[in-house]
Amino acid sequence: MEMVKVTIDGREVQVPKNSTILAAARAAGIEVPTLCYNEDLDVKGMCRVCVVEVEGSRTLQTACSQPVSDGMVVHTNSPRVRQARRVNVELLLSNHPQDCLGCVRNQRCELQTLADQLGIRELRFPRQVKSEQKDISTPALVRDPSKCILCRRCVEVCHQVQGVGALYPVNRGFDTTIAPAGGVDLGDVACVQCGQCSLVCPVGAIYEQDHTERVWAALANPDKHVVVQTAPAIRVSIGEEMGLEPGEVTTGQLVAALRRLGFDRVFDTDFSADLTIIEEGHELLKRLENGETMPMITSCSPGWIKYIEHFYPDLLPHLSTCKSPQQMFGALAKTYYAEKAGIDPANIYVVSIMPCTAKKFECGRPEMIDSGYPDVDAVLTTRELGRMLRENGIKFSELPEEEYDAPLGISTGAGVIFGATGGVMEAALRTVYEVVTGETLPSLDFTAVRGLEGIKEAEVDLKGKKVKVAVTHGLGNARKLLDLIKAGKADYQFIEIMCCPGGCIGGGGQPIPTTKEIRQKRIDAIYRADAGMPLRKSHENPAVQTLYKEFLGEPLGEKSHELLHTQYTKREKYPEKAADM
Amino acid sequence: MPVKSSTEPKKSLRQVIAEHNSDPGALLDILRDAQEIHGYLSAAVMEEIADELDIPVSRVYGVATFYTLLATKPKGEHIIRVCESPPCHIRGAVNILETLKEVLGVNPGETTEDKKFTLELTSCLGVCGVAPAMMIGDQVYGNLTPERVKEILKTYA
Repeated sequence: MEMVKVTIDGREVQVPKNSTILAAARAAGIEVPTLCYNEDLDVKGMCRVCVVEVEGSRTLQTACSQPVSDGMVVHTNSPRVRQARRVNVELLLSNHPQDCLGCVRNQRCELQTLADQLGIRELRFPRQVKSEQKDISTPALVRDPSKCILCRRCVEVCHQVQGVGALYPVNRGFDTTIAPAGGVDLGDVACVQCGQCSLVCPVGAIYEQDHTERVWAALANPDKHVVVQTAPAIRVSIGEEMGLEPGEVTTGQLVAALRRLGFDRVFDTDFSADLTIIEEGHELLKRLENGETMPMITSCSPGWIKYIEHFYPDLLPHLSTCKSPQQMFGALAKTYYAEKAGIDPANIYVVSIMPCTAKKFECGRPEMIDSGYPDVDAVLTTRELGRMLRENGIKFSELPEEEYDAPLGISTGAGVIFGATGGVMEAALRTVYEVVTGETLPSLDFTAVRGLEGIKEAEVDLKGKKVKVAVTHGLGNARKLLDLIKAGKADYQFIEIMCCPGGCIGGGGQPIPTTKEIRQKRIDAIYRADAGMPLRKSHENPAVQTLYKEFLGEPLGEKSHELLHTQYTKREKYPEKAADM
Repeated sequence: MPVKSSTEPKKSLRQVIAEHNSDPGALLDILRDAQEIHGYLSAAVMEEIADELDIPVSRVYGVATFYTLLATKPKGEHIIRVCESPPCHIRGAVNILETLKEVLGVNPGETTEDKKFTLELTSCLGVCGVAPAMMIGDQVYGNLTPERVKEILKTYA
């Protein structure tokens, strides 16, 4: 690699040619303040906060976008730089609402942190706050354009990473706003509600619809039997909300914390993840036997489901008919569990802790009432649970480790790995292999389907019958596979698709920040949690076995069909109401 | 806008897009041609462009709303663009705008009831020497006074 020599604030540093000034400064141990810059995205030069002085250059340069050249001399803290940086931040603040105390991102806001870091105590510019209405049209997300600083991270993630493109800069100059096409609300366009935008927003301009108040109300209602389920990815991310480093497995503390909040039963979505494997595994085998639509694609991820419904409705027959683990859990909590515990399902209130904003949309889908009630009543993201725990003064890291309640809290390592990309596939292969071959797997680890690579493939030999599988995450990657299927060029039998990069550990409801590096740490934690489980194959889950014996009968049976399987809806790509934009 | 001779048949939007090989890089050219064909960029037109170029319609709409010469709403027969750049501002563009608002009875961005005029603001027209200035259609008018504006409007009656 060709190296160049650069002098930054008097320090000489060698960096690869084409490095940005920002990267060179970091290599020299010098931190240039940034705002719109995000290490995982291509956003550059929007906020002008990272301006630096380059000798010989007439104007200041944005460190995040300007490449270095050999012999370049840079000053990151000259009076001119400091003056410009402050003015740029003051200008951003001049049309920002500044209601920090009541903002969802208070003390977790990049603009607030920056203003503090730069020591801005006085605002010299007249205030001119945009008076745009909040957009509460979706069940998952709230947009507050008045707080938007136009950094375009959400646009980048929506277009480049997810390939959805629900948001884009509209109008020009002071009138610029980040919005859906045609001046309609987010709920009127093909937004999949994955919430990746809320994950990268530096301020409080996009965030999840709040369900904490309704959960507090249910917990305080003596007539309600409130049960909670925790998604696989929560145990490796909630710690970050409570001040721990990324990558810690805090399953026991999570259970203890939920008991202290007052939940009557603490159950685990891992249980219904195991159940999903049994149903979906048998569905795959049935499809293989009967020569039905191939490849079969997983259906756990509600953002992915909404995506295919809007953008590839012709491919809906490829989806497994299995409900997601969240919805299987809800349907069973208000039937099987209600019966077993002798509680009127009308009085059971089901709360999910999910790494996901789209789960809020999923639980409100009109078909998700197979128990006779809304199968899931409230969905809290990891961030909302963090807020509830902090409000309750729970000292998370000091809690003793506690166990989930039986029976819906009993699970295996196969359920845990649902939280990472490739996990559903690996869990399914562990079970399908043993069901088909009747032999015990020599090694449980299908490492080919693990990790952050965009599209992963593997071939499994089921005693002579070869099954080719693919795994992808992030809808931009999913699109490539879907186009292959459309063109008849996909020779896979089974595909796992997760909406969010990294799978659920990188979901739109996860702690902020969620970077590529943090995603990898959470993935590592997921596989550590799996390795530490006494049982690691879904079909060995004793509670699931009992469930079939006592209640469901057999996989894909009548009861399963009624409670655990679903159908999908073709959706339009464009809103009908936008006759004229 | 350039006047087309009546013998030259209008191309279809599909033809225009095909000529650009469905290249998203040609979005701006395609939008300009689409506006010429349809008068303005309706939702249906923008959706068709998005589908043909295989890009999100939000991007099409974003570009269409960025440029003042592109319209996402139907416009009047004549589009009046009043320059709001500093040289025109100093030479009294505000009075010109007030006169137009008064005579036409519309605000910037609006179209008169008889669909004859649409009033708009524009950045520099490049004729600062004769500020304040405006355009009606592709005709530039300079050295404007409120009186002269009224006279000019009469010629479009």
